[in-house]
Amino acid sequence: MLIIRQTELDSLRRHGEETYPRECCGVMLGRIEGDERVVDAVLRAGNTRVDSPHNRYNIDPRELVRIQREARDRGLDIVGFYHSHPDHSARWSQTDLAEAHWIGCSYVITSVEKGVATVTNSFDLRGAGEEDKCFVDEPIRVLAAEAAD
Amino acid sequence: MKILIPTPLRQYAAKNHAVDVPAKTVGEALSSLTSQYSDLRRHLYTDDGQLRAFVNVYLNDEDIRYLQKENTPVRDNDTLSIVPSIAGGCCRGGCCCCPR
Repeated sequence: MLIIRQTELDSLRRHGEETYPRECCGVMLGRIEGDERVVDAVLRAGNTRVDSPHNRYNIDPRELVRIQREARDRGLDIVGFYHSHPDHSARWSQTDLAEAHWIGCSYVITSVEKGVATVTNSFDLRGAGEEDKCFVDEPIRVLAAEAAD
Repeated sequence: MKILIPTPLRQYAAKNHAVDVPAKTVGEALSSLTSQYSDLRRHLYTDDGQLRAFVNVYLNDEDIRYLQKENTPVRDNDTLSIVPSIAGGCCRGGCCCCPR
């Protein structure tokens, strides 16, 4: 299960609206507690796929190194990633699966239809490795903005 | 030197977020790491011993591909970050619902 405050969820959805018709992407920091991933912060990232931004995204590894360092400084972990699908369903694609390597993390996808965020889904990347990895639908539990940790 | 272990690989490194290893090069550091935690090897390397294409290795803030790769010298206070790629996209293109 992905647990996220309304403010953080709104932030990643709004990111997709702002970058429409291009895909947005970002990182979720938080804590992993058993089968639950609790999001404490959402960090926007740049999409380096300027060649095909309407249906592809890539986060610069240098940015990930910086984000990983920030996470350590804040006592948090990288618990997942998010991106948007402009005018496309909030379901993972074969490309999403092929390019997903952070097993144990959540992958959040928001459909942005004509510039408006509609559905947001989360998928748990599971498996023992590249050979058997798969996405499993996971519920999103949304906390009120002022909910305590 | 310190090697930072990303979330998906910690289960293969005794749940450690970071591992200290003695090394003179990046290759020695990774070899030391995979000797200590043998399960990590198949996740970092292909069967023919090459780093997997989606595994990015940074020495401090530099991608080792643009340095001397695994022959890059390291110092005791350096940090090695293992960073699997993050990428994807809505479809393979040519889909009728994708804008052009």
